[in-house]
Amino acid sequence: MSQPVISVENLGKRYYIGHQARHDTLRDRLAHGARGLVRRWRNPGDLPAIEEFWALRDVSFQVNQGDVVGIIGRNGAGKSTLLKILSRITEPTVGRAVIRGRVASLLEVGTGFHPELTGRENIFLNGAILGMSRAEIQRKFDEIVAFAEVERFLDTPVKHYSSGMYVRLAFAVAAHLEPEILIVDEVLAVGDAEFQKRCLGKMRSVARQEGRTVLVVSHNLNQIATLAGKGLLLHQGRTVAAGDITGVIQSYFGSRTSACAEWSVPEKPAATPHLSRIRLQTSEPGNVQAYGRALTLEFELHHQEPVKDACFSFQILNSSAQPAVHLWLYSADRPFATGPGPTRLRCEIPFVRLNVGHYTLRLFFSGPPGSAFFEMTEPDLAFEVVRLDQPTLFGWRSEVCAYFETAAWQVDPAR
Amino acid sequence: MNRPEAPELVLEAGRASRHYWADLWRYRELLGFLAWRDVKVRYKQTALGVAWAILQPVVTTGIFSFIFGVLAGMGKGDRTYPLMVMAGVLPWQLFANGLSGASGSLVSNTNLISKVYFPRLIVPVSALAVAVIDFLIVLGIFVIAGLAFGHLPGWRWVFLPLFMGEALLLSLGAGLWLTALTVKYRDFRFIVPFLLQVGVFLSPIGFRTDILPNWRDLLALNPLTGVIEGFRWCLLGNEGTFYWPSFATSLLVGAIVLAGGLWYFRRTERSFADII
Repeated sequence: MSQPVISVENLGKRYYIGHQARHDTLRDRLAHGARGLVRRWRNPGDLPAIEEFWALRDVSFQVNQGDVVGIIGRNGAGKSTLLKILSRITEPTVGRAVIRGRVASLLEVGTGFHPELTGRENIFLNGAILGMSRAEIQRKFDEIVAFAEVERFLDTPVKHYSSGMYVRLAFAVAAHLEPEILIVDEVLAVGDAEFQKRCLGKMRSVARQEGRTVLVVSHNLNQIATLAGKGLLLHQGRTVAAGDITGVIQSYFGSRTSACAEWSVPEKPAATPHLSRIRLQTSEPGNVQAYGRALTLEFELHHQEPVKDACFSFQILNSSAQPAVHLWLYSADRPFATGPGPTRLRCEIPFVRLNVGHYTLRLFFSGPPGSAFFEMTEPDLAFEVVRLDQPTLFGWRSEVCAYFETAAWQVDPAR
Repeated sequence: MNRPEAPELVLEAGRASRHYWADLWRYRELLGFLAWRDVKVRYKQTALGVAWAILQPVVTTGIFSFIFGVLAGMGKGDRTYPLMVMAGVLPWQLFANGLSGASGSLVSNTNLISKVYFPRLIVPVSALAVAVIDFLIVLGIFVIAGLAFGHLPGWRWVFLPLFMGEALLLSLGAGLWLTALTVKYRDFRFIVPFLLQVGVFLSPIGFRTDILPNWRDLLALNPLTGVIEGFRWCLLGNEGTFYWPSFATSLLVGAIVLAGGLWYFRRTERSFADII
């Protein structure tokens, strides 16, 4: 197919924000109108304060059949508005979009699920809401139930389901849609890890093997990097970058303001030795560290007098606060803090092997065991490890391991 | 892939109307599912289920029969007076339940409207289903009560769907206005109970119109009068002749309200997701 399945030209969506509160009731509306009249009569030329807000502006792009496009951007960048327009939930104010193919959109997991209805009933209801015909749902019913693993609870009202079961059932229905174009908004952020993996696998197979087009929004960049081949970066309603996903993710990091992260201690009595500053130099801007690249940490220790046999160490904690790395510097091995402060330390990790995910630091500053203990602190400083080097069949996931080893594999030749 | 070439869908401002009626047809199964959901949930959530659907009209019939038939003396010597009242309560309930269902439908389906596309008209239309089911249950009660009074269903019953349709068109027409207005101004929610409270006294539910010749034309201005008279004509058979003026008014008002409701609904529909 030579024609793009989605082509968007100069798409824009305008909202009005009133500076007073929204007028939800007729009474408010009338009162506001009356006040406005009085005000205008008193000082003409004073127009009511209504401000335009363009949630989306001049967005143009094309998507070809079989493309998996990751749409990224910060909160309020217009990602959801774009998906809502493409799903026909709301109309664009200007511009146009041409879509060639059957669209199914999944902006929420379990749209229209009714708590009083049973699992079985909700499969039919939700399927119909997502655009499946009754015959189609019937045909896939067993598959959906098996995917969701809720066989035993099929005739239980979903209000009695655990949240995990609820999400599994909801996603199972959605995963069995057979649209030519699938639009997905941030829905994989829910559910347990095992199930997320299956969903991702399902989506990947939908895109790769069945030649369908997928548009996906997610804040989880590792997920996007694994799933999508193309990317679209929005910033304040405009397209900032489009094209190959790796490039788009990199420009997303580039668009963040701070290039490196600093932390300095809020006011503290100057007398006792303490950590006064930390500077994090990640391989990518915006506190993002690519796997396999160098990470540099700089510390500033504040002390007025020499510290006898100083010990400094830090841990890198993963998102469940488990230490993944411990690194240290002891004066006994390599003297430091031997003069009047401050002392600057620099620690370079040349090849970061940490698994993807979010990490924080915990630092220790003390004398040798049994003597003075100055400080243990967990500064408000975090960074994220991503893998930009290569995709993996199962996706990069933070919970599968703590870090990666380099290893050599051998396969004995088959008989 | 050798799928047939997919239809081209163009999204731009003011364009939504192009495929509207075709879409409405394509989504007819969803209409059925939403109606089925509402009915199912209604009878599931309440412990007494069907009993509620029966209780209300039966009690109304009892009270009206007492007030008009006994206190006002209109039913003097008429053993079947309650049957006559019930034939008026039936269409009134159909209209009232349909109206309150339809007018609250958009706001109570906010989650669907802000997350999925479908022709929004499906929502208020499907909300009528509950009213119809409740109506059919009470109709069953009416037949039983009729038999108890020695009254057999006659040939005029074949016209009943016509008057049912009329009641539903009235409630849909008004419901479309109110539900679309409620999306924007939430206080329209309070108008419905008020309208129904007034309407129950302005409609000839507890009394017959043919015994009030001076008032008949005035009463006929209420579009529900025609429906109620039509119901009595169908169900009771032996009572009076068909009164055309009230029937015509009812049909005319119904058509105007529905056309206006459709127009306003379609006009505001595209912004529902933005303001709901």
